[in-house]
Amino acid sequence: MDETLLRSLTPSVLGILVRRGIDFAAAEDAVQDALVEAVRVWPDDPPRDPKGWLTTVAWRRFLDAARADAARRRREDLVDEEPAPGPASTVDDTLQLYFLCANPSLTPSSAVALTLRAVGGLTTRQIAHAYLVPEATMAQRISRAKRTVSGLRFDRPGDVATVLRVLYLVFNEGYSGDVDLAAEAIRLTRQLAAAIDHPEVAGLLALMLLHHARRAARTAPDGSLVPLAEQDRSRWDTRSIAEGVEILQAALARDRLGEFQAQAAIAALHADAPTAAETDWVQIVEWYDELARLTGNPVVRLNRAVAVGEADGPRAGLTALATVDDTLPRYTAVAAYLHERDGNLAKAARLYTEAAQQAPNLAERDHLTRQAARLNALGRR
Amino acid sequence: MAKYLLLKHYRGAPAAVNDVPMAEWTPAEISAHVQYMRDFAARLEDTGEFVDAQALAPEGTFVRYDGEGRPPVTDGPFAETKDLIAGWMVIDVDSHERAVELAGELSAAPGAGGKPIHEWLELRPFLSEPPTIEE
Repeated sequence: MDETLLRSLTPSVLGILVRRGIDFAAAEDAVQDALVEAVRVWPDDPPRDPKGWLTTVAWRRFLDAARADAARRRREDLVDEEPAPGPASTVDDTLQLYFLCANPSLTPSSAVALTLRAVGGLTTRQIAHAYLVPEATMAQRISRAKRTVSGLRFDRPGDVATVLRVLYLVFNEGYSGDVDLAAEAIRLTRQLAAAIDHPEVAGLLALMLLHHARRAARTAPDGSLVPLAEQDRSRWDTRSIAEGVEILQAALARDRLGEFQAQAAIAALHADAPTAAETDWVQIVEWYDELARLTGNPVVRLNRAVAVGEADGPRAGLTALATVDDTLPRYTAVAAYLHERDGNLAKAARLYTEAAQQAPNLAERDHLTRQAARLNALGRR
Repeated sequence: MAKYLLLKHYRGAPAAVNDVPMAEWTPAEISAHVQYMRDFAARLEDTGEFVDAQALAPEGTFVRYDGEGRPPVTDGPFAETKDLIAGWMVIDVDSHERAVELAGELSAAPGAGGKPIHEWLELRPFLSEPPTIEE
């Protein structure tokens, strides 16, 4: 029984049913029934055309359910008049599922859950486990999301930016439990990039590949953070970097710059440097300028201050930092770093301590605490 | 999504507006209070925001390592007025604003006279995993 095959077929079969006009929740139920049937029948009698088999069984299950429901009599008449399903087409029906799952009427967390379920083909248990919430909670999140999108028609292309935002969120969740959400996000974004030709989809895919390439080097064996400059670059995944760079270059050549392409360009410049010292900080500052222009996001200006500090020295970095809102998360950490580079160790230690108290996650807090401890130890000598 | 811990305190928190010890409530008032919290948790499960809720006994034991091969010391210090935690609820919500909103709702559980307790709740964010892409 090939579970990977079933998982990869689920979204396209679901997409076919939705395209035929079946309500999303009913289509999902029918596909789940068909999957159960497949698990029962396939080991002894594998189908020649698994996708066609699943589509036919799901379609029959839907008809059975519709017939059994007297209150749906009218709809039954409606489906009976429709032509019998032909062979499953090669058109990518999954695409509309992306837009359905990323519908703006859903909260980001619901959109993420629904995407992983309907497009990713993950089980509710797997998604719940990845997000560290009880299965019952995740089941409710998903069924609420299904109710929200029920009755929406998907004959119009949706908003690509919303879909990309959802995939970005999935990627950033990292991984826990038996599903690697970063790898899952890459798989889904790859699928999306194959289905639609859009420079920002390519930009996001490149960004994910470039960041994923550094994953092995980002943490020490004890789980602590390893900053970019100290990472063992031989542990970066060069194949993933090469693929990311290639995808990015093709996207940039289209001359429709967006924030994901700009972010990917920064990641590519880091990935490209043989050593931290050889990083092209001047170009990175230029990309941050583009990014600031595209998004107006204050966090971009904070990161830009770091890049300026590397390109033109810590004094210039501090000057750039002075124009940034000091209530931003990680502002204090950046200030600490720039003051340390500027030789003001006592002030840097104080700021690191303060930054550690504000850190949003454990790995960052421990890292910043160690920085403070390191400078304090130097001061005692 | 971000997870938050809502902490209820037996003692230590500032006094609630409707500050009558539970032992002086009527049984019906206690039932109403408990039911309110059950309904609240059930509603959060429905919205996909519920993670966990547990009640804690008022008396705990302080334990300390006291050297190799020696039994741990357990007689003190004793919590008398500060930080005695009655129980918790963990929620997983889209924003800090939503967490504050829910904490406010939980604080409105009915107490003596069927009126909201206006109990103080401590709201603490969980330290999460670091994001892979840092914007």
